This record gives sequence, C-alpha cells and structure tokens, in this order.
Amino acid sequence: MIQFVLLISRQGKVRLTKWYSPYSQKERTKVLRELSGVILSRVPKLCNFVEWREYKVVYKRYASLYFCMCIDQDDNELETLEIIHHYVEILDRYFGSVCELDLIFNFHKAYYILDELLIAGELQESSKKTVARLIAAQDSLVETAKEQASSISNIIAQATK
Amino acid sequence: MALLGMRGLSVFISDVRNCQNKEQERLRVDKELGNIRTRFKNEKGLTPYEKKKYVWKMLYIYMLGFDVDFGHMEAVSLISAPKYPEKQVGYIVTSCLLNENHDFLRLAINTVRNDIIGRNETFQCLALTMVGNIGGREFAESLSPDVQKLLLSSSCRPLVRKKAALCLLRLYRKNPDVVNVDGWADRMAQLLDERDLGVLTSSMSLLVALVSNHHEAYWSCLPKCVKILERLARNQDILQEYNYYGIPSPWLQVKTMRALQYFPTVEDPNTRRSLFEVLQKILMGTDVVKNVNKNNASHAVLFEALALVMHLDAEKEMMSQCAALLGKFIAVREPNIRYLGLENMTRMLMVTDVQDIIKRHQAQIITSLKDPDISIRRRALDLLYGMCDISNAKDIVEELLQYLSTADFAMREELSLKAAILAEKFAPDLSWYVDVILQLIDKAGDFVSDDIWFRVVQFVTNNEDLQPYAAAKVREYLDKPAIHETMVKVSAYLLGEFGHLLARRPGCSPKEIFSIIHEKLPTVSTSTIPILLSTYAKILMHRQPRDLELQNQIWAIFNKYESCIDAEIQQRAVEYFALSRKGEALLDILAEMPKFPERQSSLIKKAEDTEVDTAEQSAIKLRAQQQMSNALVVTDQRPANGTPPVSQLSLVKMPSMNNNVELSSAEEASSQENGALSIVDPQPPSADVQGDLLGPLAIEGPPGTTVHPEQNVSSGLEHIVDEATAIVPVEEETYSVQPIGNISERFRALCFKDSGVLYEDPYIQIGIKAEWRAHQGKLVLFLGNKNTSPLVSVQAIILPPSHLKMELSLVPETIPPRAQVQCPLEVMNLRPSRDAAVIDFSYKFGNNMVNVKLRLPAVLNKFFQPISISAEEFFPQWRSLSGPPLKLQEVVRGVRPLPLLEMENLLNSYRLTICPGLDPNPNNLVASTTFYSEGTRAMLCLVRIETDPADRTQLRMTVASGDPALTYELTEFIKEQLVSIPIAPHVPTPLVAQPTSSPAALTDPGAMLAALL
Repeated sequence: MIQFVLLISRQGKVRLTKWYSPYSQKERTKVLRELSGVILSRVPKLCNFVEWREYKVVYKRYASLYFCMCIDQDDNELETLEIIHHYVEILDRYFGSVCELDLIFNFHKAYYILDELLIAGELQESSKKTVARLIAAQDSLVETAKEQASSISNIIAQATK
Repeated sequence: MALLGMRGLSVFISDVRNCQNKEQERLRVDKELGNIRTRFKNEKGLTPYEKKKYVWKMLYIYMLGFDVDFGHMEAVSLISAPKYPEKQVGYIVTSCLLNENHDFLRLAINTVRNDIIGRNETFQCLALTMVGNIGGREFAESLSPDVQKLLLSSSCRPLVRKKAALCLLRLYRKNPDVVNVDGWADRMAQLLDERDLGVLTSSMSLLVALVSNHHEAYWSCLPKCVKILERLARNQDILQEYNYYGIPSPWLQVKTMRALQYFPTVEDPNTRRSLFEVLQKILMGTDVVKNVNKNNASHAVLFEALALVMHLDAEKEMMSQCAALLGKFIAVREPNIRYLGLENMTRMLMVTDVQDIIKRHQAQIITSLKDPDISIRRRALDLLYGMCDISNAKDIVEELLQYLSTADFAMREELSLKAAILAEKFAPDLSWYVDVILQLIDKAGDFVSDDIWFRVVQFVTNNEDLQPYAAAKVREYLDKPAIHETMVKVSAYLLGEFGHLLARRPGCSPKEIFSIIHEKLPTVSTSTIPILLSTYAKILMHRQPRDLELQNQIWAIFNKYESCIDAEIQQRAVEYFALSRKGEALLDILAEMPKFPERQSSLIKKAEDTEVDTAEQSAIKLRAQQQMSNALVVTDQRPANGTPPVSQLSLVKMPSMNNNVELSSAEEASSQENGALSIVDPQPPSADVQGDLLGPLAIEGPPGTTVHPEQNVSSGLEHIVDEATAIVPVEEETYSVQPIGNISERFRALCFKDSGVLYEDPYIQIGIKAEWRAHQGKLVLFLGNKNTSPLVSVQAIILPPSHLKMELSLVPETIPPRAQVQCPLEVMNLRPSRDAAVIDFSYKFGNNMVNVKLRLPAVLNKFFQPISISAEEFFPQWRSLSGPPLKLQEVVRGVRPLPLLEMENLLNSYRLTICPGLDPNPNNLVASTTFYSEGTRAMLCLVRIETDPADRTQLRMTVASGDPALTYELTEFIKEQLVSIPIAPHVPTPLVAQPTSSPAALTDPGAMLAALL
C-alpha cells in the first residue's frame, strides 16, 4: 500500500502531500524534512528506490519536480514507479504539457486528479481516458454551478437596479 | 489552464513565491492567516465562494509547512454544503488537513452517510473517496454496510463501485473486527467476474487484503484469479485504454499475482497448469526494450511472477530459470533492474536450493558493493551476507573489510557487525578470525560494539595456540600513531594476560609493553582506565624477578589513582597496590584468567533486529549449521585441573572486590575454585563446541556443560566466580526461567479483552489476539523471542477440552533472535462448557528446557454476543422457560461484596448485557446475552440476580436458556465470577498485581436450589 505521496521541488519546496496513513502534523513535517534530504541529494542515474525507515520510497524526477511515493517493504517497486508516471501523464494531458507552475497555481487540481487515481493508497483506475473523463465532468459541474450563481446574481443586480 | 476564477488564491500564491527569504514568507503567511481568522470569526458575512477560497489558502499554507491550527471546522462544514463546488472543496481539504484521529471528523459522519446513501452519484464519489482515505473506526461502524451495498449494487456505475471497493478495503484494513465480511467469499468470486477493469483492479486490492487475513475462506477465488491472469496475458477482451505501453494493465497483473501468493498452494492440477503456462510465458517472454516505461511495466510483472514462482516452489527447472534471469539482471546497466535483481536474489536464497547458481555471480555482487548508489550497495551487502558460507567466507569477509574504509557512515555499523558475524561463523582458522576482528576495530572502531571485542578475548583465552599470535598482533597495532579506544582496550587486555609470552621478541619486554600501553592512558576514557590498571598489575606480576624501576613506576600510578573520583578505578588502584606488595603470592592471585565457559555468541543479536522474515531466517541458519567450520572449536582438550587458579582480575564493571578477607579466602580456596570451574570444560564434543559459535547448536550440547559455580564454591567465593564469568551476558547466567508477571492474572485479564500478553519470561513473550464471531474464534499467538539468540525446539501442543475444536497452524521449530512469529489458531465452540483449553508450550534456550502449560482465554463468555432486550421480548421468554433444567435458581453465599454498579460492570464486561428497568426492584439485575455454539446455535440466555442490600455477600440468581447444559454452565460461570473477583474488571490495565485464588475452591457449597419463579 502507498503510505503517502509527496511532490517536492528541486529547491525542497513542497508542492503536494497526500497521506494515506495517519501521521500527525509534527510527524508529517519530520518526514518531509528527512525525505527531501535523502532524495534531493541523490545524483542522477541512480535507481529510483530509497530505503527509508521500514519502508521504501519510490521516486522519480520530472524536470524540477520530484514525485515520491512511500510503499511497504515488500510492495512491487516498479509497479509504483509506473503509477507515478501514469499520474504524470494524466496531469500532462489535463494541463497540456504540464509544468511546475501549473501545479503550483492549480494545486487543488492536482489533488482532484490524484483522488481519481488513488484511494486508500491503492490504484483505483488505470485508464487515462476514464480519469480524464471524470475530471472533465467534475469541472463542468463546477462551471455550471458558477454560471448559475452568476446568472442569479445578474438577476438580483437587474432587479435591484 | 484557467484558474477557475480564484483570483485571491493565485495572488496569494504569487506573493508567497515572490518572497525573498523564509522570514518574508512567514510574514506573508502570518498576515494571511490573520486575515482568514478574522473572516472566519464573522462567518455570516462569508459567501460560499469566499469560504472555499480561504479553505484552499489554508491547505496551501499547511502544505508550505506552517501550522494551521484553526479553521478545521470551516473545512468540515463545507462538506454539508448543498452545491457541488463547495462540497468538493470541503471533502478534499478535510481529507488533506485531518487524519483519522481527528475529533472534527465525527461531526461529518451523518452528512457523509447521507451522501453515500443518497442518489447523487457525484456526491457518493466524493464521500467514498474521503472515507477511503481517512476513514477511521467510527466510519467503519456506521458506514461499512452501506459501502458494501454500493460495491455489490448492479445499478451503480463503475465509477462509484470502484471507489466503494477501495473504501471498504480501507475500513476493513483498519478495523477488521468491525467490518463484517462473513459470506464475502462468494461475493468476491462474483466481483472477480467483473468486466470493467477499474472495478476489477480495485476489487483485486480488496481481495489481497481479505486473503492475507484469512485465505481459507477464499479458495473459490483462486481459479478466478488464474482466469484473470490468462485473460490479461492473452490480451483478450481488454479495452485499448487499459493497455499501458502495450501491456494489458500491468497493475492488475501484479495485484492478481500478489493475491495468489497468499494461498499456500494451487491444488487443482488444471488450474495449476494454466497458471504455470502464464508464468512461463511471462518469465520467458519479457525482453528488455528501449522505452523506459514499457520496460518498467513489463518488469514489474516479471518480478511479481518471480515472487509467485518462488512462493509456489515450482519445479527445479523453473527455479533455475528464475535464478538465471536474476543473474542476468544484476549485471545490467539499468540501476532499477540491478537493485531488484539483488533484492530478489536475496529472497530466492532463502527459500530454495539454488545457492550454487547464485554463488556463480559472486564477483558481480561484490562489484555491486561498490556501486555509486547506496540503495544498491545495501542490497548487495544483504545478499553477500546471506550467501556466505564456509566456501566463500574468506573472500566475502575480506571484501567487506576492504569496503569498510570507504563505506558511508550510514552503513558502517551494519557492515562491521555483519563482517564480525561471518568471520565468527565461517572462519577457516582462528588466527584469521583474530585478524579480521582487529582490522574491524582498526578501521571502524566506533562501530564495533563491546560484544565484538569481548568475543575475541574469549576465543584467545580459550585457545592456547592463539595466545602468542594474538598478543603479537595487538602489539603491532599499538605501534600505530593513533588507535581507537576499543583497540586500546583489547590490546591492553590481551597483553596483560599474554604479553609475557612475547618476552623474547624485540620491543616486547615487560617494560616496553608497559610504556607503550601507558602512552595511551591520557587519551582514554574512564571506562578504559580500569582495564589498563589490571594490565599494569599483570605486567608487574609476570615480571620475575622484579624490576624495581618498573615496580615504582606502576606503584606511582596506583598511588595516583587511589584518590580517583571514579569508584571502580579507585578500588582497583587501592587493591592492586595492596596486592602487589604481597610478593610471591601475587603470582597466584593475579594468574591468568581461566577459560571461559562455552556460550552462545551474543553477537548475532543486532544484525537480526532488522531481519523480519522468520522462515528465511531459519533457512539461513540451517544451512549455516550444515556447513559449519570446525576451525573455531575451542581447543581445550586437557583436563581443566591444569588451569591456573582463578584470578580476581575482572574485565570491566565488575562488582566487588570488597575486602582483603575475601581475597585471602580466595587465595586459599583457589584450588577448590579450580575444581569448580572444571565443570566448565568437559571433554568437548565437537557439536557442543560449535554450539558456542552458532546460537542454534549450543543447545545440542550435553546438559553437563552448564556451569553452576555456586554449587561447588564456598559462599565467600561466589563473587569471585562471578567475576571470572562476568563476561557472560547477564541473561545467560539465569538458569531457571521465571515467568514475568502472574500467569493466572494474565489469563484472567484476557478473559475480558481480546488482546494482550498471555505469558512472558526473560526469553519469550507470548501475546494473543483474538477475534470472535458467533461460535467461531480466530486467535493469533504471537511468539516473540526477546533474546539475542534463537529459541529452538519450540513446540506448542493444544490440549482442547471436548467442547472446543481447535486447530493450531504450524509452529516453527526455531524462533530467530528478536523475531516474532505468528501462529493462527482456529477455535470452534461445539457446546457450552466452562472448561478451558490448555496450550502446552515448550522451548529450549541454551541448555534450559522451558515448559509451561497455559490456559487459553477461549472461555465461555467469548462466545457471548451482547444483546439488549426489551421488556416485551424478555417476559414471554422468561415465562416460557419454566423450571429446571432450563431454568435454574440458586442462592449464592460468600459473594464478594460489590456495589451494584460494579456488579453491572462486571457482567457487562463478560458480555452479559444489563437490561435496566426490566425489574422494578432496584436491587435486582436483569441481564441477557446470546450464546453461540455449533450444538446450540444462537441461544438467548437470561439472567436475574436478586441482591440483598442488607447482606451483600449473598444473592439469589436465576439463569434461563433453551439448553439445559448451557443454563447449568452459565450458572456456574457467573457464580465463579461473583465469588472470586480479584479486581474490578473495568480497570483498564488488568495486569496489576492481584491475588489469585482458585475460583472453584471458594465456591459456596450451598446446594443448587432450583425452583420455579
């Protein structure tokens, strides 16, 4: 099972954290500090796995961002590595060649998408197309609600003119 | 991409990004937090949109690493917003900010449940996602039936069902006792026929969790899993979108193979054949390709297939195919594959008989020890450690030593410990062993624990041939300009004992040895000084005829330390000074240390702290035993009477050398002493001596080898004998094993609760965890070896009473050091009875055979299920059960007086639910429960207790149920509880000391008065 997902920039800035096991705020900070130290100091061309506490952290760097997932000792490492890539491909498709800035200003989107991909630290959907469809549906729901709201406020504005 | 119009949020993010330093960032964030706080205070003025925006800001601030200790309420309250955009934000932010232990989550349970059972699909999804990510116990209690319904519902769309599957997985994983999965075997089998791969993938994760807990129930899923694998492998009927770089859902393939690894074997020959065909195809058909992702995905599948093949213990041919593949992998350039190759090779080493193939790759593995990647180096070290045996020990240990000087600090401790253990286990000759350990101390002194150098001293002391060699070796190290303190300790000790053997060599006169050791004194810590003082005394003693100059020098040192603040140093200085004035007698008093008794290596301990898999452990050990080298046999063949008398010199931290009276008695008794110690070294049969080196074998030695110094030695000498053997780790000096805590108290406590410690002694702890469902119970015994050496000849025999059917899974014969073994135990209750099952448990530690008989808490009340019953239900039942044998009434005397409330608690804790208000008399109690057994099925039991406020030591009790035996047993059971209750049962830690008494003995002999009500 995936214990948590972290997105950390090369400068050590946290871009996303998602915890599937209960960690207190204090522990979360500690984990982040520890792991960014370990992972950011690794030079290129090493393997994508780091042994950490009683877990393994599978990570991959995409441009300036490190995507990390912490898994149990006997979980399948390569499978997790490809979950990361799968996530990145979905983000890429959604934002249209995604970059760190997209994820900074739309961090909430990154969460929505992750929730369509993983629940309880397990993969729920392996089809990019399905995830994209579900996210689009969510977006349109939000849009509709907004339009409704603005049309209502227009009406109110009209009426009170 | 549009920002969905949250301008305030993006302005804030930009601001934070533009901050020049951490301080500015903190100021900006504080300002924003202040702003949010004020806005939240005045909630009425907030539009949903604003609220949403602030909640997002909070999440962002939280992510930056700042504490956000308010506003949780606002986030949670958004969950109940009627519109999707707000609700969505509420759910997501809540599941990020809070974890399952947060109190605020409780507030949301109702809303969440309404969303789950409501008709709005999108709301269902949001709710399931949050519960799946952070749902805790309360969610499991109130939601799991609804979630189960959604997963099975044919009217729900896949997008809801796949979320329901994982949500259920989470709830089950966290609270297997709450989520009822009875009858889920068929449902799971049905779910595995699912065509939608999203639902199937999620369901497969759920299946893995279910089978990992209880594989027997899910046999029917096994052929289905094989079918799925076939379907995927042949790429039949898979939507294009589920192909990942041309591979049909690699994730589902991996998960399916993982599920299969929880079944012990595949019995059906057809299923087995199909499965092996698929596996063969995966093993042979996976090529290395250029595309990284395709490569990773196909190898993810391949490595899982390897694991499954190893698990199924396939034919030898397939195994060697696997080994060959791994051999290829560890040499490729791709670091991931190399890492996994090494990892899986280590796994393979443990489960099967392919060492020879693996040994062929030794050179390659050693190369990996120098890999630039620490992850890979770690794997290589583990593998080398695992594959080491007598044939390759020398090469491997030397590689490890060489690597030690360049190794990262993070790895040095593990590395030096492993090298020391391998050197001890597989040394071709003893001088090599000494060389290795000295090199270890020299290169990584900081990481060499005391145990390691104690061990060298033991070997050298016990092997005369080795003594001059070892002394000369340490003498060489002393010439080095800077040496580690541990090296000072070991060399001072060895030169004190055996330095005189070198006297004729250049640079080894007593004076020279003294001065080179004394040079180190200013650099060492107080723990080393006592050793140096002993060495000086010994040098002085060996120098015959006396060298006055040397004597004066040493006396001056003793004088100097006579007033040392450290008691140990002071005492030694005073005593040595006094002793060394005794002239010739000194020779006897300070003679050589006697041989150490045979004992287990205390070294093995730490290395195994990290190793978990017990099966693997014992596999290594067994093999190691077979290939054991004879070199380290402690060669004491001559009669021990020839050994010089015991010395009072102790190593470090020795207890007392209290006074001269004792010392002089020691002198007189020294020959007798010697006799006592002769028990230590009987003619050593080789197995016994090997036992010293290898934990597991030690117990094979004849029982006579145990040392019982006290038996033969006059009381005044006990200290001294202790000192002579003081190097022994304390636990090995305990010869009779005393349980820790009171066994019957522990049993009693476990009658109330479902997990806890059943038994503990200095070596083992037996924990128990139980789950009861109707007439069946699943217990797990946790056998934990607390020690640094293995426990062997472990045996557990269940002696079930006739009313229980019990099945204990295999208990491993050996429990590796510091490991915990789980042994599931299935219990089925056939009919009511108060008899308890007994487990006859035994193990051997060293020469101690320990045997205990423990009652298991599979007692009557475990098969109760509390039920609360209304007056309308109670009275007809009560009336219909009229008179004996179905209804028994009795006056019980000699009851321990209890306030009514406590008695209620007591009954409740036995799952006899008190039904308040049924009996108009406030002094009476009425309770009910349901009892389950195979014979009686679910059977309602009713109890009425009439107490006498004037005399709390007596009461009248009426018990009724539909089964005569049950009525009788329950009556007796309650009586036992009321008559002798050692403590209030609701005390949370029932392990506190409490007097125990045999319940039956105290039972009031008053005849059973059965009467009609």
